Amino acid sequence: MGRALAVIIWIITLLSVLLFVSGKWWFPAAISEHAPALDRQFMITILVVGISFTAAQIGLGWMVWKYRDTGSRSDRAIYTHGSNRLEVLWTIITAIVFISLGVMGQSVWASLRLHDAPAGSYSVEVVAQQFQWNFHYAGKDGKFGRTDPKLIDDGSLNFVGLDSSDAAAADDAVTSALAIPVNRPVELRLRSKDVIHNFWVPQLRFKQDLVPGMEIKVHFTANKVGKYELACAELCGQLHYKMKSYMLVLPEDEIQALQVLPQEQFQAKMVELLNKYPLPNY
Amino acid sequence: MSAETHEGVHRHPAPTSFIRKYIFSTDHKVIGIQYIMLALAAVAVGMVMSLLMRLNLSWPGTSWPILGTLFPTGAPGGVMNPEFYLSLVTMHGTIMVFFVLTTAPQGGFGNYFLPIQIGAEDMAFPVLNMLSFWVTLVGFMVILLAIFVEGNQSIGQWFSALGPSFTGGSGTVGPIGGWTGYAPLSALGKIAGPGQGAGMNLWVISIAIFCVGSLLGALNFITTLLNMRTKGMSLMRMPLTCWAWFTTAVLALLSFPVLLGGGILLLLDRIAGTSFFIPSGLYVSGLLSGSNPNFPLHTGGSPILWQHLFWFFGHPEVYIAILPGMGATSHILSTFARKPVFGYRAMVFAIFAIGLLGFFVWGHHMFISGMSPYSAIAFSVLTLSIGVPSAVKTFNWIGTLWGARIRFTSAMLFALGFVSLFVAGGITGLILGQSSLDLAMHDTYIVTAHFHLVMGVASIFGMFAAIYFWLPKMFGRFMDETLGRIHFWLTFVGVYTIFVPMHIMGIVGMPRRYASFGEYEFLRTLHPLVLLVSVAAVITIAAQLIFYFNLFWSIFKGKRASDNPWEATTLEWTTATPPPHDNFAGVLPTVYHGPYEFAVPGAPNDFVMQTDVGADVPSGDGHNGHKH
Repeated sequence: MGRALAVIIWIITLLSVLLFVSGKWWFPAAISEHAPALDRQFMITILVVGISFTAAQIGLGWMVWKYRDTGSRSDRAIYTHGSNRLEVLWTIITAIVFISLGVMGQSVWASLRLHDAPAGSYSVEVVAQQFQWNFHYAGKDGKFGRTDPKLIDDGSLNFVGLDSSDAAAADDAVTSALAIPVNRPVELRLRSKDVIHNFWVPQLRFKQDLVPGMEIKVHFTANKVGKYELACAELCGQLHYKMKSYMLVLPEDEIQALQVLPQEQFQAKMVELLNKYPLPNY
Repeated sequence: MSAETHEGVHRHPAPTSFIRKYIFSTDHKVIGIQYIMLALAAVAVGMVMSLLMRLNLSWPGTSWPILGTLFPTGAPGGVMNPEFYLSLVTMHGTIMVFFVLTTAPQGGFGNYFLPIQIGAEDMAFPVLNMLSFWVTLVGFMVILLAIFVEGNQSIGQWFSALGPSFTGGSGTVGPIGGWTGYAPLSALGKIAGPGQGAGMNLWVISIAIFCVGSLLGALNFITTLLNMRTKGMSLMRMPLTCWAWFTTAVLALLSFPVLLGGGILLLLDRIAGTSFFIPSGLYVSGLLSGSNPNFPLHTGGSPILWQHLFWFFGHPEVYIAILPGMGATSHILSTFARKPVFGYRAMVFAIFAIGLLGFFVWGHHMFISGMSPYSAIAFSVLTLSIGVPSAVKTFNWIGTLWGARIRFTSAMLFALGFVSLFVAGGITGLILGQSSLDLAMHDTYIVTAHFHLVMGVASIFGMFAAIYFWLPKMFGRFMDETLGRIHFWLTFVGVYTIFVPMHIMGIVGMPRRYASFGEYEFLRTLHPLVLLVSVAAVITIAAQLIFYFNLFWSIFKGKRASDNPWEATTLEWTTATPPPHDNFAGVLPTVYHGPYEFAVPGAPNDFVMQTDVGADVPSGDGHNGHKH
C-alpha cells in the first residue's frame, strides 16, 4: 500500500509538472509594456512553486515508501519529538524565500498603479452596464463632454448620459468597442452604471473592476497593433459570460484619423477597423 | 483547573425519551453527529450542483430531461439557462463553504471529540450547544427554500405576498451572486435580473442565521477548552485537534459578527430602502434610481464596503474550514505512523500564526477592486508570509513520517492525501497573493483551482480521514477498509485530475463564473481540458456513492470495534465504545503524558496512553529537542 501510494503521488506530480511545461496551454502573447516584467515575475514564482510542490510530493512519497510498516520488523518507530534546530532552519529559509517573492511581486504593481497616467496619455471613458461596454471618446477638442446619470437613456442610445448642451460634448463619440493608440500611454476612466464589472484583456495582463459610484483611473501602454477580445471578469448577472467587446490597438495615424470623426462616421470607421484586423491566432 | 470543581455542575442524568436523547439533545456527542449528518446532506446537494455545472460547461445545449421536468423555467426542455447555471454556482459555493466546510470539521467532529479529548463530561453550555445546531439547521432550511421559491413559479408566487423584494419563480435554484454576494448586484433586488428577488433575500437571511449558530458554537468551544480540561491536561498536553478547534473557534468568534453585521445591512438595503452598499446615480435595466417606484432612490453607499466586511470574515473563514482538517491530519498521521508528532510545539505556534495572520490579509481578495493601491502592497506581503507557518506544518508532517512504521488504514490514506493536497493547493497562494500577478490571475480558473484544492478538497480529505478514524469510537463499528481504499484511490486521483488542469485554464485567462465559454476565441484551445475536468468530476462524484454506502452500512452492519482499536493514545480511546452519556462513566481521567507518546523506548507497548500511570516517558509534555 505504501509503495502504491508513493508511486501514485509521484505519477501525479510528474503529470502535473508536464502539463505546466508542455507549453501547449499558456498565456496568450503579451501586448503591453508592463507584461514582460509581469510574465518574468510569474516565471520566477512558478519556478519556486514548482520546485516546492515537487520536492514536497517526492519527500512525502519517499516517506510512505520507505517507512511503511512491513509487519516483519519487530522494532519500533524512531522516538523523537522534533528538532528545534530544524524548525528554526526551515522557518527562516521559507520566510526569506516567500517574503522576498512577495516584495518582488510588488514591482509591476507599483510601476503601474502608484502614479497617475503620464502627460500626453490617450484618455477614454469606459462605462460598463449589464451586459454591454460603452467607450466614450473626447473627440477633436480632446475634452470629454459633461455626463450625468440623470441623462442616461438606453432607449435613445445615450448610454453614458452625455449632456448635449455642453459644448465639449458636440464632437464626442460613444462606441461599443475600444480603440487605443499603440506605444502611447492610455488612461481609462472606469465607471459602471449598475453593478460591478471588470475590464479584462488577457493579452494586456491587466484587470480592473468598474465600480458604480466611483471613477477609477488606470493606465497602461499597449505595444502591439491588433484586435483583442475584451471580457468582463466580475460576475455581473445573467449574461455575464456574453459581456464581450474588442480592444483595437491602432497605429497613431489611424487613431488620429478616427479621433476627429463625428459620432456616426466614428462608429462606421470602428466597424471597418474591427473587420480589418483579425484576432491573434490561438 | 481540576475536574472536581465541576462535578455536580455538568453532571446531568442521561435523558430517556427519544426526543430528548436524539432530537433536542444537549449531549455534545449527539449534537456532533447531528452536525455531521447535516454536512452529509448539504454536501450531497452541493455535489449534485457541481455535477450540473460541469454538464452545462462541457455539453452546452444538451437536454437533460429530468431537469426540464423539475425546473421548467430554468431548464426549458432540459437545457440549462445561463441564470440557472449562475444560481448553481452561487448555491454550490454557499452550501459547501457554510454548511459543509464550517459544520462537519468544527460543529461535527469538534463537538463530539473536543470534550472527550480534554477529559470533560460535556460542553460548558449544553443547551447553547443544542441551540447552535438547531439555529444552523434553520439556516440550512432557509437556503434550501431558495431552491423552491426561485425554481418553482407557483411557490415563487406565494412568496411574493411577503413584499416586492420577495418575488421568486425566476427559474433558478437560488440567487445569482456567487458565494461572495458582491453588492450592488446583491443589493438592488429583482430589477438587477433573475434570482435577485426572493432567492437573494433568503440567501442573506440564511447566512445571517448561520452566523448566529456559529457564534454560539464558538463561545462554547472556547469556554469548554479553557475551563474544563481534566486533571493533568495542561495546554501543551492537548491533542493538536483541540488546538485546531480552539483556534477555529476564536476565528469564528471574531469574524462571524462582521459578516452578520454586513448581512443585516445588505438586507436593509434590499427591503428597507437604505443605501449602505448602493451608491447614487445608478441606472439599472433602463431605470434611474429614484425615478420609478420599482427602483427607489439610493444615495451614498459604497459597494467596496461590502467587500471589506465580507472578506474580513471570508478570509478567516478559509482557515475555519482548514484548521480542523490540519488538526485531524496531525492526530491521525501520528497514530498510524506509530510516532510522536514531529515539532508539536512548532505545530501549535504555526496554528496560531496562521489564525493571527489570517486576519490581516483579507485585502488580497480585493487588489483590483478599486481600493487604495498602497494597501494592496501591505496585504500582498502579509499574504505571502502566511506561507511560512503553512510550510512549517508541512515540514513537520513529513518529519512525523520520517522513521515511522506506517499503517496504511483508510484514515491514514486520507490524512496523507490531505498533506499532498494541502501542499498542491496552498503553494499557488504564492502566485495569487502577489498584487502584480493578480492583474492577470484575478477571477480566473486558477483561483477556482487554488481554493478548491486547499480549502475544499484538502479540508474534505481531513474530514474523510476523521470519519474513517473515529467512526469505530462513535458507533462501535469500523467502516469497511476495502471500500475505504477504493474510495480513497478514486477520489485522490480524481480531484487532482479535476483541479490541476484548472490552473492551466487560469493562466490562459479563462474567467470564473461563466455559463459558457463558447463566446471567446482565446478560450477555444481549452475545450479539451474543460472536457477532461468534467469527465473526472463525474467519476469522482460517482465514487462518493461508495463512501455514502460504506458509511451507512458500517454504522449498522460494520465490524465491531473495541475501545481502542487503533492502539491510540488520547483520551477518547480510554473510554468505552461508544462513550457513555457522561463520556467517562462518572470517573474523569487523569492525564500524565503528552498526546502522542508512540514508540517510547522501554515501554511495554509501542504506545503510551495519556492516562497510563508510571510509564517511563522521557518527555511527557510534547517539548522539542529529544532526539534519539
